[in-house]
Amino acid sequence: MTGVKLSFPHPPARPDQVPDFSDIVIPAAGELPVPPLDLTAEQSRAMAVGLIRVLDDDGNAVGPWADYLGDLSADDLRRGLRDMLRMRAIDRRMMNAQRQGKTSFYLLCSGEEAIGCGFQRQLEKGDMNFPTYRQQTLLIGADYPLEMLIGQLYSNDLDPLKGRQLPIMHSARDYGYFSISGNLGTQYVQAVGWAMACALRGNGQIAAGWIGDGATASNDFHSALLSASTYQPPVVLNVVNNQWAISTYTGVARGKGETYAARALGYGVPALRVDGNDYLAVIAVSRWAIERARKGFGPALIEWFTYRVAAHSSSDDPSAYRAKDEGASWPLGDPVVRLKDHLVARGEWSEERHVQAEAEMLAEVTAVQKQVEAHGTFVDPQPISPAEIFRGVYAELPEHLRRQRQEMGH
Amino acid sequence: MARMSMIEALRSAMDVKLADDPAVIVFGEDVGYFGGVFRCTAGLQAKYGEERVFDTPINESAIVGIAIGMAAQGMRPCVEMQFADYVFPAYDQITQEAARLRHRSNEQFTCPMVVRMPTGGGIFGGQTHSQSPEALFTHVSGLKVVIPSTPYDAKGLLIAAIEDPDPVIFLEPKRIYNGPFYGDHSGKSVPWSQHAAGEVPEDHYVVPLGKADVRRAGSDLTILTYGTMVYVAEAAVKAAGVDAEIIDLRTLLPLDLETVRASVEKTGRCIVVHEATRTSGFGAELIAEVEEVCFWHLKAPILRVTGWDVPYPHAQEWDYFPGPERIERVIHKVMED
Ligand SMILES: Cc1ncc(C[n+]2csc(CCOP(=O)(O)OP(=O)(O)O)c2C)c(N)n1
Repeated sequence: MTGVKLSFPHPPARPDQVPDFSDIVIPAAGELPVPPLDLTAEQSRAMAVGLIRVLDDDGNAVGPWADYLGDLSADDLRRGLRDMLRMRAIDRRMMNAQRQGKTSFYLLCSGEEAIGCGFQRQLEKGDMNFPTYRQQTLLIGADYPLEMLIGQLYSNDLDPLKGRQLPIMHSARDYGYFSISGNLGTQYVQAVGWAMACALRGNGQIAAGWIGDGATASNDFHSALLSASTYQPPVVLNVVNNQWAISTYTGVARGKGETYAARALGYGVPALRVDGNDYLAVIAVSRWAIERARKGFGPALIEWFTYRVAAHSSSDDPSAYRAKDEGASWPLGDPVVRLKDHLVARGEWSEERHVQAEAEMLAEVTAVQKQVEAHGTFVDPQPISPAEIFRGVYAELPEHLRRQRQEMGH
Repeated sequence: MARMSMIEALRSAMDVKLADDPAVIVFGEDVGYFGGVFRCTAGLQAKYGEERVFDTPINESAIVGIAIGMAAQGMRPCVEMQFADYVFPAYDQITQEAARLRHRSNEQFTCPMVVRMPTGGGIFGGQTHSQSPEALFTHVSGLKVVIPSTPYDAKGLLIAAIEDPDPVIFLEPKRIYNGPFYGDHSGKSVPWSQHAAGEVPEDHYVVPLGKADVRRAGSDLTILTYGTMVYVAEAAVKAAGVDAEIIDLRTLLPLDLETVRASVEKTGRCIVVHEATRTSGFGAELIAEVEEVCFWHLKAPILRVTGWDVPYPHAQEWDYFPGPERIERVIHKVMED
């Protein structure tokens, strides 16, 4: 035997231990500059290993990225707050619905609301996201009708996908939301292809790829970066680093790499690492990267640094693998609270209005939920014709499928 | 003997092999500290340490590629794909590397490894948590393909697979992880712990690869099936009131053609049942084999009951799933001739 040993990364705390985020370096808000749109990978290094933050600990917007946002109106910010509250209300109601058997599966994005809500509002019609299952916020930011969103979760006749897809695997072309696959990573490179087509067709549109920290380990993450680097299409490649991939600590996917953002530098793709719980930082950096892509300066990668507060999914029990209250100890706080505090500090919002807005959102979601439930739920289904499963496999029903449908009795 | 679920039996197989062979290594996504999303490897890392049981990045081709590298040195990796649906990024490593290493190196290098994966539907998993990819592996020379239907077989077959000198694809029908399934999705399922077939020896034993099991002896017709569908076929036979012989193939590659031939020669009728989609499915292979060796004994055409040729639908899962009624109908049809 030699002294050669393998390394197995470990999270700083397990269930019987106290949450520990002391390893995480959090620079002060406002330190990093706003780079020019033609930023190169080499020039982006400080931003790829640092952390772009706009809101300071007292809720003030500070630094160059705050200036970049300029005269951002309080209305826009209140809109963002409402989006996040609406998402949170949906998460709450739908998780309940899952526990009651009304839907077979649900997946929350609590703690990550700022990212998708903020990003989506900076896109334009025709742009396309290639999301994962945890970016429902992109639909909220696009004002996707709640009836369809909840209908999909219930697999009833309001479900645009006719019960074919697992709940939360939405598809909404008109709202810039590509059809979700359950296979991780596969769509990151498809986003690059879509963006290449945007460039080839000269339609002025862009694409945005989305991936979790865990799934950056997949082959397709690397394929996407290489292809994006080679062809320089208008694509924004997002990595949502929420610290966990089911039970697996983020360090397993990262290995000894510095940050996920820094990974892009080796491919010659500029990268920025951003406080994903800071709504202002989210919109500032989203705007910058989207503008850069649209103006033809090529791809950029953004690592959104955040924390998955909820369980991985309704089938998961995180108390088996991570410290209790870890979410509450997350040093970058709660995106909703942080934006609220900022608006309050600006004199544009109050605790009372916040409580009222929360109640309004919950009431709105509950009302839509009731209405959607009248069309059937998973425990109380209103039958979709079984023949539906033969539709849409091909453009035209081939003979062998027609025979099988007949054999089924339809 | 102990009562075990299929999950526990599989865990017990890995436990036995980790204990008796230092070359055995278990890894995959979430399999280490947490013990896997189905908890199949729960407790193994605590018992054997993380050099023997560990978590991997979400990169299936890396999981299999690493296993090949280890196996080529004589270690015995037993790796997990979180779902069979996620084996495809590793398909190249499995089919063009692992399966061929022995042959192309003229036996300088070999690949004794097992790739475990939960397979099939029946849990409302939608398109990407329900697939049955067995035919994509039985088409590849150099692999062995195993699919158990009881906890006893699961453990014995997994030990045999880990001890096998060649790469083995080990499909675990997740619908029967915790108990058998009688084909009625709203019916109560009986946990394995209350089921005679849940009896499993705690120590080492093998169920040899390449040997089918005659689950039910009968003289009217032969049903060839495997995995979850063994139970659905049993329910159908009971409902149809025929004296069918049900054969649980257990290993699809290599196929136990002797047991199949003896049965079909006796009954003269045969149907094939699987959950995977029909076209180019394993059923087609079975029918071809039976036809070649038993043609002159057949009293009726061989028919098959399979999933439809559509992606596995989430909400309409029970329209896709071949239930007892579908099998019963085909039994009657075959018996008419
Ligand atoms: C190719 C593939 N392998 C495995 C899985 C199973 N799986 C589903 S989610 C998940 C963890 C993903 O973690 P991450 O990418 O960090 O995203 P998060 O869930 O944290 O948002 C795994 C392993 C899958 N869906 N696809």
